[in-house]
Amino acid sequence: MIVRTPVFLLIWLGICALVFAASIGLNNDYIFFAGYVVLQYVVLSTAWNILGGYCGYVNFGSAAFFALGAYSSVAIYRLVTENDLYGIPIPVLMLIGGVVSGVVGFGMGYLTLRLRGAFFAIATLALAVVLQTLVVNWDYVGGSRGAYIIRPEQIAPIGNYIRYLFLIMMLLAVAAITIARLIEHSRLGYGFASIRDDELAAEASGVPTLRLKLVATTISGALMGMAGAPFPYYIGYLQPSSTFGLDYAVNSIAMPLIGGTTGWVGPLIGALLLGSLQQIATVTISSAVNLLIVGCLLVFFVIIAPNGIVGLIHTYLQRKPEDFVGRRPVETEIPGQVP
Amino acid sequence: MSTVGAANTSSAAATDTLLQVDNLGKRFGGFVALENIVLSVAAGERVGLIGPNGSGKSTLVNCICGTLRNEQGTVYFGHRKLDGLNAHQRTHLGLARSFQLPRPFVSLTLADNIRIPLIYAVAARRGSHYAAHEIEERCYALLREVGLGDKARRLPRDLTQVEMRKLELARAMAAEPKLLIADEAMAGLTHSEIEDILSLLIRLNEQGVTIILIEHIMSAVMSFSRRLIVLVSGRKIADGMPDQVMRDPEVERAYLGQ
Amino acid sequence: MVFSFDLLINAVISGILIGGFYAAVTSGVSLSFGILDIVNIAHPAFIILGSYLAYVANATLGVDPILASIVLLPTFYVLGAGIYQVYYVSFEKRGQESLRGLAFFFGLLFITEVTLVLYFGVDYRYVEASYIGPSWHFAALDLPLRILVPCLVSLVLIAALQIFLTRTFLGRAVMAVAQDQLALRLMAVDPIKIKRIAFGISIATASLAGAFLIIIQPVEPSVGREYIGRIFAICVLGGMGSLPGTVIAAMLLGIVESLTSTFYGPSWAPAVSFGFLLLTLAVRPAGLLGR
Repeated sequence: MIVRTPVFLLIWLGICALVFAASIGLNNDYIFFAGYVVLQYVVLSTAWNILGGYCGYVNFGSAAFFALGAYSSVAIYRLVTENDLYGIPIPVLMLIGGVVSGVVGFGMGYLTLRLRGAFFAIATLALAVVLQTLVVNWDYVGGSRGAYIIRPEQIAPIGNYIRYLFLIMMLLAVAAITIARLIEHSRLGYGFASIRDDELAAEASGVPTLRLKLVATTISGALMGMAGAPFPYYIGYLQPSSTFGLDYAVNSIAMPLIGGTTGWVGPLIGALLLGSLQQIATVTISSAVNLLIVGCLLVFFVIIAPNGIVGLIHTYLQRKPEDFVGRRPVETEIPGQVP
Repeated sequence: MSTVGAANTSSAAATDTLLQVDNLGKRFGGFVALENIVLSVAAGERVGLIGPNGSGKSTLVNCICGTLRNEQGTVYFGHRKLDGLNAHQRTHLGLARSFQLPRPFVSLTLADNIRIPLIYAVAARRGSHYAAHEIEERCYALLREVGLGDKARRLPRDLTQVEMRKLELARAMAAEPKLLIADEAMAGLTHSEIEDILSLLIRLNEQGVTIILIEHIMSAVMSFSRRLIVLVSGRKIADGMPDQVMRDPEVERAYLGQ
Repeated sequence: MVFSFDLLINAVISGILIGGFYAAVTSGVSLSFGILDIVNIAHPAFIILGSYLAYVANATLGVDPILASIVLLPTFYVLGAGIYQVYYVSFEKRGQESLRGLAFFFGLLFITEVTLVLYFGVDYRYVEASYIGPSWHFAALDLPLRILVPCLVSLVLIAALQIFLTRTFLGRAVMAVAQDQLALRLMAVDPIKIKRIAFGISIATASLAGAFLIIIQPVEPSVGREYIGRIFAICVLGGMGSLPGTVIAAMLLGIVESLTSTFYGPSWAPAVSFGFLLLTLAVRPAGLLGR
């Protein structure tokens, strides 16, 4: 590890402070609204990548974990308002959403991770639909009619509520990439990589593959749930069809695959680039075309640049992209190259 | 045919029996891959396992190591029933194997390939973790033992077939097993390379590792093994001293030459 | 919820008929996933594409949708063969099927659906044919022709596929390619070519299935998603590649869905198939007629 974790955290917190200050300076609330979505995708794609890129298990049901976090917040909101209780702050809601989604992630993993990767992937799709059906039929959280959340206008000392949400999501994003990086450089990260490369050989080498996969599913699910928890407050009106929508699934897969899957950097780059692109496209063109672009980029990158933007950068810098396995530099076959 | 008596149970007289296979059977649909396999290996032995292609040698290894589940029979390792244990749990107990077709971790360097069993098998067994630099040293030491020391930071795709087999073996050794099953580790090696691997295995054996060598290279098997087991069409047809086994007419008929 | 025997019988019959249709929908995936081990989750998108093409032929030329889909069979076959070639070169050859191959098909699913939305909009489309509307009545039985006809043609399709797979050289080569590529090569048969043909056939079935779909119900681009769960549930339950198993599993699912819908309400229907799938995966991944 070139940089120690506390230093890494400090650097990123510093960047966040700068970004936040700059955004306030620009005095356009739209930046916060759009930025929130982009940051949300940073969390979702980083979370997805922990299971997908590190372990090689594709999760098509990102929307389900995201929505679980959102709907836990809705349920708690109803509980609080109907019983005249004190409101629960967003960070606590995030933790609750994280726990709910983490538990479901664990449960789903327990049911399906003994199977091959392809079956796991299909099962995640199934789970998303089952959960959506359950929520649509659960009137307490609004069912198919949807749920309204009234968000406060202001919150001291930040002021505007959307700025508060933006700040929280930014902090969550930093937490997500820090966790991803920690995993990547740890023994757990090696274990995940061995599962991805050859699960049979990993088992034979003593890696408790099921246990590690469960860890990955739980962490991944929990992070997605945490990303979803503030969403009702952001959007004000929550609808099952859009909350469980496929665009979350596609984006959380496309962003890491386009950015690069072997480390923590890829999903960040993918989310920032693709997320911003989509925000611009939605406003200038239409949201359907926007999704079409994502789909095409995904297919294009997966065929032409399997190692993503990170891979392309490394090729450009004349290393072989697979050499950078995110842990330590590797010797190349190009003479004169010093790792 | 000289065999080990079927009366051997886990509590039987041979207290230094490390591996005991009782009436093991394995089917794939209608195809019987293994039938009624009975064998035992004592601690410290050097056993050779031979048989024609398709006789079930790799299937037997897979069943012993937990990669496949046998429908019939039981495997005991150090008096412990292995039924229901996963492959990784059996590795923790001290079983290790190399794969006949090498299965390296392709996105990891050679050193990192060795690191995996060190972290997950050895450290788990000791209950405490190796220090980071200890692991590092051990990775390089193991790679040097098989002659891959200078390629420690390369990726498996840069290796020749022969070097990949050596990596396979080194990775199995890294798990610090009590019993090492080497599945055709020497295919394609030159005479001197075979000698190198053989002396490596003998060295390991002298350090206390029990070894089962599966090979087609008869000279290597004969010089290495103190006992020879012959498998043909899923059945064990011979088990005893190498010279005696090779003179057994049934073995000649079934395996050595028609 | 009024329980009546008539209601029950009709629900079961309706389930069986829909099951026949589900079997045709799944047959393509039985080929691609069950036999060739290619996880083509974009299959429903091709079915919807088939529906829309049948709709266009029907709306502009007045052609019977099933006829139109038969005419389009070669086009879909070529599409399938092309997609397999890309898949093979980009993923199978490099050993990347599990992550990137899956993502590839997911991307295709998405692109197809969104393109259809952009071109046709989200309105429901339907076709007109002489058998849409009338029903046959047998005593208490009520058999809508718009479901009966596709069901019967589906069963013919499945029978034809089964004959192909078991009685022709090419078909048997397809069955063999999953298990023993070496043996095929020794017979001077290129396994890649066989897989390409098989995948082409798999997508071709989507053309017919699409026509059946739009006859049975009005279609809009996102309808395909409901079918992902159904298709894979049936494929796994049916034993992965066994066509007879697919038919049985499809009818079973059809009956359960029909009963749930009749007695508990249609909003629970999507969960049935997916719940089925999760249950099957958790309990018996080898399916009913196991492999």
